[in-house]
Amino acid sequence: MSKTVKLRKGFDINLAGKAENKVSDSHISRTYAIKPTDFIGMQRPKAILEVGDSVKAGTPILLDKKNESVNYVAPVSGEIVDIKRGEKRKLLEIVILADKTVEYESFNKYSSSDLAKVNKDDLKAQMLNAGVWPNIIMRPFGVVANSDDTPKSIFISGFDSSPLAPDYNIIFKGEEKAFQAGVDVLKKFTSGNIHVNVNAADEVSPVFLTAEKVQVNKFVGKHPVGNVGVQIHHIDPIAKGDIVWTVSPGGVIQIGKLFLEGKYDASKTIAVVGSEVNNPQYYKTYAGAAVKTFTEGTLKTDHVRYVSGNVLTGESIGEEGYLGFYSNQFTVLPEGDHYQFMGWIAPTFNKLSFHKSFGLFSFLNGSKKEYVLDTNTHGEPRAFVQTGEFEKVVPMDILPTHLIKAILAEDFDEMEELGLYEVIEEDFALCEFIDVSKHHVQSIVREGLDLLQYS
Amino acid sequence: MKFLRDIVDKAKVPFEEGGKLERYHHLFATVETLLFVPNETTQLKGVQVRDKNDMKRFMGTVIIALIPALLFGMYNVGYQYYEATGLVASSSWDLWWIGIQRVIPIVIVSYLFGLLIAEFAFSIIRKHPISEGYLISGLLIPMVMPPTMPLWQVAVASVFAVVLAKEAFGGSGMNVLNVALVARAFLYFAYPSDISGDQVWVYLGDQMAVDGFSGATPLALAASTLESGQNVVQTLAASTTDYSFANLFYGFVPGSIGETSVLMILIGAAILIFTGVGSWKVILSVFGGAYLMALLLNLVGVNEYMLMPPEYHLVIGGLAFGAVFMATDPVTSSQTETGKWIYGFLIGVLTIIIRVLNPAYPEGIMLAILFMNVFAPLVDYYVVAANKKRRLKRATV
Repeated sequence: MSKTVKLRKGFDINLAGKAENKVSDSHISRTYAIKPTDFIGMQRPKAILEVGDSVKAGTPILLDKKNESVNYVAPVSGEIVDIKRGEKRKLLEIVILADKTVEYESFNKYSSSDLAKVNKDDLKAQMLNAGVWPNIIMRPFGVVANSDDTPKSIFISGFDSSPLAPDYNIIFKGEEKAFQAGVDVLKKFTSGNIHVNVNAADEVSPVFLTAEKVQVNKFVGKHPVGNVGVQIHHIDPIAKGDIVWTVSPGGVIQIGKLFLEGKYDASKTIAVVGSEVNNPQYYKTYAGAAVKTFTEGTLKTDHVRYVSGNVLTGESIGEEGYLGFYSNQFTVLPEGDHYQFMGWIAPTFNKLSFHKSFGLFSFLNGSKKEYVLDTNTHGEPRAFVQTGEFEKVVPMDILPTHLIKAILAEDFDEMEELGLYEVIEEDFALCEFIDVSKHHVQSIVREGLDLLQYS
Repeated sequence: MKFLRDIVDKAKVPFEEGGKLERYHHLFATVETLLFVPNETTQLKGVQVRDKNDMKRFMGTVIIALIPALLFGMYNVGYQYYEATGLVASSSWDLWWIGIQRVIPIVIVSYLFGLLIAEFAFSIIRKHPISEGYLISGLLIPMVMPPTMPLWQVAVASVFAVVLAKEAFGGSGMNVLNVALVARAFLYFAYPSDISGDQVWVYLGDQMAVDGFSGATPLALAASTLESGQNVVQTLAASTTDYSFANLFYGFVPGSIGETSVLMILIGAAILIFTGVGSWKVILSVFGGAYLMALLLNLVGVNEYMLMPPEYHLVIGGLAFGAVFMATDPVTSSQTETGKWIYGFLIGVLTIIIRVLNPAYPEGIMLAILFMNVFAPLVDYYVVAANKKRRLKRATV
């Protein structure tokens, strides 16, 4: 039974620098990196190979010593040129200098019709081996799934509602077959449904419309309506003990290609966006690409921040950084390390605010106005004072303020009962954005999840 | 502003880490951040952009909402002075001048002792930044004082309230009771003769009141009908002061500095509600609770006070001021949306009960709010428990 869900709560941050409907394949990065920090829940990352070793796309280069069954593999072929470590020798990046043409490790190949006959264990072994398994994320906790679990359902969000998000019609164009193959494979892992949730207010990609063996649900509303956690909450909520898997459409396609083509295909189309980019548009590249390729000569100013992902949940990676494993988006923002005279009371139309406190007139601009926001915090951290606002941007039957306070108090029972199993950081990202007390709400949520998961 | 920024940067040096005045750096930051929003940027992981709103603007909005009532209060102190003494003011400037002379010192003393002495001392001892909370408390305290309040009492009450009601609990955002009301309650019980009765509500200076002037507030007159057995509205009309419903609404009556004009308070309420800084649910439910309770007492009607028309309860005394500026304090009120309705409603109900059924205290709003401050967490507890139950039930379906 397909469902339509309308959500009233939420907030759209309309930023300047949307990607034009144009895909370029002329910007090829020379180096690529895989970053253990992209994989939440990876406890003891270990680099398998050493500097100087050559790899193909699909060669294992990283694993988690706490869970050695999952391989993390090279996105492209080439030579490992650097293994970066931070404090206490924490593994940060494994950098590969790419060949001109990508060579692939070969894996078992099936036709679409044969795929249905392969048994689950063989599928699983190849997925773990070939590096596509980290696409499968487990709820609760939002970590790479445990391959021994049987989820009660699998969720795929068919749109991204976050600021400047890429259009799935463009980045997954023509991937119908691979998507279907991916769904066929995933279907073997659950007795429940595979839910594909699409945006009722927008044109839906044929990739999702033609998919079989899935339940297509329609969602309409403001961000975070595209967050898979919000969608799970309204379709098949998670209670204590339940396990649900989530996969991004890109992940499903990668799984499909592994079995149809017999290779680990890390190619993806990303959106390079933000107010500081001269020609925001889409580029074809591979996971973990060095972002410098996309910014050289294309930026309006040079005092900027480079963000892998979107402005709500992304990570600042620096000029020489690499795109995250899960990112389809690369955002460039102006840095905000400047003082503003009487900025706490001066009236403003150009700075976006969810609130209407004195002098905040952005609500008069209407929803069409595009904002250039910098990274200034616009105020100092304070204790919780304002109430009733977080509740307006969390479209779930969850009390965000009380949940956050339960985490801060390390009250395990409260955390469970107030619904921490249902959320991950991204679902509370808007709370962090609108917070007048400037808390690091997403970090707090992760601390709570870590407490529940590991103690 | 480069010029000013350079001065601030230069002055900042001794307050920085390793500097001579390092332990006072929170004090310096308070001044600096009032002049300039800091150059801090978002952390590397998480939100990369932040909302323009912050605590200073949030609190600043409340100050702006208080200004109409404060200005009117100053004017009214002068107005009452000339009414009571029978002197003739040559222009409205004379009225303003009396009010300014009387009110501004109280405001200065409140900020000086509450903010400069108590908050700054705690900021140094406890090494925490100074929050904006006292900007509001420091203005609310003078507005709930009678214009005749001795300044030393204002000073003592401000320090008492900051130290015992706020800092002892961990500072702004952690307090259980509304800071300004604690200051008032402290004086109310410690020095009752200076903050209750008929003699304190009109400032006379060294002048004598004209014959027949009583100075009694409408609440005191209403309570007096318990003994006289006369109709409340008629009693009010018979007073030398104009206690018509319209004038009670406009506020040219004796009372605490900020509480008399319902009109000005409603302008403040409109600002708070429009900006979303004050909860309309709390404001509305306090008025609603008071009105319904008064209506209920009308039906019981065993004495004249009970028979007072309910709408009079909304315009006399401090009910409107309390509903709009005290009950809405987000830290001490209920934090759940459902809880806010219950919390506000009970404040309204309790206020009327204290006013009408307890002859010891003519005004009820202060104690009603303090009482519900204490019970707000309990209200929230049950609202949260209902959420948990609903979530659990949903899971087993």
